[in-house]
Amino acid sequence: MKSKKIGKLYKDGEIIVKQGDKGKCLYVIQEGRVDVIHETPEGDKKVAELGESEFFGEMGLFEDDVRSCTVRAAGEVRILTIDKRNFFKSINRDSSLAYRLLEKMSNRLREANEKINNP
Amino acid sequence: MDLGCGRIPYLKYFIFDSPKSFLTATIMSFITAQDMELTDGSRIAVIGGGPAGSFFSYYVLEYARRFDLELELDIFEAKDFTKVGSSGCNHCGGIISESLVQELATDGLVIPSDIIQRGIKTYTMHTEQGTRKIHAPTDERRIASVFRGCGPRGCLDNSLKGFDNYLLGLCQENGARLILEKVTLLERTEEGVMVGCSKSPLRKYDLVVGAVGLNPKALELFKGICPSYSLPEVTRAYISEFLMKPRDIEKKLGSSMHVFLLDLPQITFGALIPKYNYVTLVLLGKDIDKDIVQNFISSKAVRSCFPEDFPVKKALPCQCYPYINIKQGNHPYADRVVLIGDSASSKLYKNGIGAAFITAKAAASTVIFEGISESHFEKYYKPKCSDLDKDNRIGKLIFWVTRIIQKSTILKRGLLGMVGKEQALEHSALRMSSALWDTFTGSAGYRNILRRFLHPGLLFELAKSTLVSNISVINRHSHEKQEDRQTL
Repeated sequence: MKSKKIGKLYKDGEIIVKQGDKGKCLYVIQEGRVDVIHETPEGDKKVAELGESEFFGEMGLFEDDVRSCTVRAAGEVRILTIDKRNFFKSINRDSSLAYRLLEKMSNRLREANEKINNP
Repeated sequence: MDLGCGRIPYLKYFIFDSPKSFLTATIMSFITAQDMELTDGSRIAVIGGGPAGSFFSYYVLEYARRFDLELELDIFEAKDFTKVGSSGCNHCGGIISESLVQELATDGLVIPSDIIQRGIKTYTMHTEQGTRKIHAPTDERRIASVFRGCGPRGCLDNSLKGFDNYLLGLCQENGARLILEKVTLLERTEEGVMVGCSKSPLRKYDLVVGAVGLNPKALELFKGICPSYSLPEVTRAYISEFLMKPRDIEKKLGSSMHVFLLDLPQITFGALIPKYNYVTLVLLGKDIDKDIVQNFISSKAVRSCFPEDFPVKKALPCQCYPYINIKQGNHPYADRVVLIGDSASSKLYKNGIGAAFITAKAAASTVIFEGISESHFEKYYKPKCSDLDKDNRIGKLIFWVTRIIQKSTILKRGLLGMVGKEQALEHSALRMSSALWDTFTGSAGYRNILRRFLHPGLLFELAKSTLVSNISVINRHSHEKQEDRQTL
């Protein structure tokens, strides 16, 4: 039934995005879960767990900077890549495509603020 | 109350030629503008529950939620998409393009695996001179083949789920009400549009959305409430579904869409779309009929995609000759009425579901953020339809050139040679492959594709490949002749 799915399959523990790498895509989880890990000299720290229909790598779309975290498959996971160029072409045609991204980024900012205020 | 002058802003001033009258007109104009906006409790009727109707309903309810607006939305659909065969199907090849898959995913709409019949990762181009496989730009399955209804006629697999039903489910989850009835009456009143069905009583709506595809009777109903609307021009395509063993599909077609550039009359485009245990044949062109279909499936290139013992001619598949839009309808809107999807505009020969998505979303954002008057649709919705129309004009040119290539053995050899070379080299520019990929998949606009086809590098390489491929064929033939003479 592998043929009945879309996206790319990653095995358990496989790294999808590596902290420090340059990235120009957004990733949307089609199936499964991923762990978002912040690598520090003191060791790895899991900062989030994301599931189906959630996305990651959005900073790579807006900033010409390196990936801020590593994302690793937590079990078998299927991911769809959204190219930066396609993404901006679509946004240019239909600005409402950015709503969900803004909504989610705002949620993540709020969560980060809460973590800072209540460590 | 509408004075009928909404499209000419200061006409009311000239009609009411005193300051007092002007004040009255201004107030009335303000009231009219208020009246031509959706407010809490406004009612919307969406006629047609195919992708255009569902995308519109989904996004209108989604935008209304973000806008803190409470709407009532009814979707009228005569077909039951949970049924197999024609009664539950909207007659389409069932390809969700790469660009649409990505846009839906960005919006959080992940198409479930049980809806997807197969993830497509390559395209195989067939000509009489040979075949070439074109790989996706990324090593990823980003095109989905689906069934629109619950499977073809005679299908016994009751686990099959169709794309149209999945979208309707999303709308219902978002608060839409599904009415499984055929609309028989549309009538304009002073403050809305009356919608009548065979069983339900007449009901007044603030906005009526036409997503009836190319159904002539339904379009005529809309013409009654949308007098300036002119119907789209159509032609007939051909679609059939062949039941095959999944093992055979994997072996003969794989997860590749097979497209045919054959020198056959009246066929602009032919394709075989692999699904899980069915293969869909799609023929586009001018008034496709039984003889043209037989001619096509008898060709060597098409036969090679089926097992040797498969009775292609006698398979008696579920088949239909649906209308396709070849020229958009004009002025698909009026006060409180808008037509979307195929009824308004589509993408020539390709990505009809993607075009339905574009028009449906444009109409949804217009009615929520701008208004529901004719002038609102003219200003905010029409440009999207015009854009599709302009792109289709370029598309016609591309398909005209494709027809020339289809008829020319020399050019087809050059094309095959160039694609073969690009696909074999690891760091090749992939100019021709990517332009063909987007032409076949419908992932990019025709203007963008034409620009890439006209790239000097591509034209130079094509000319070179045409020369080299044909010289090598001539050399081979003369070598063979020489050998024959020596044998004799």
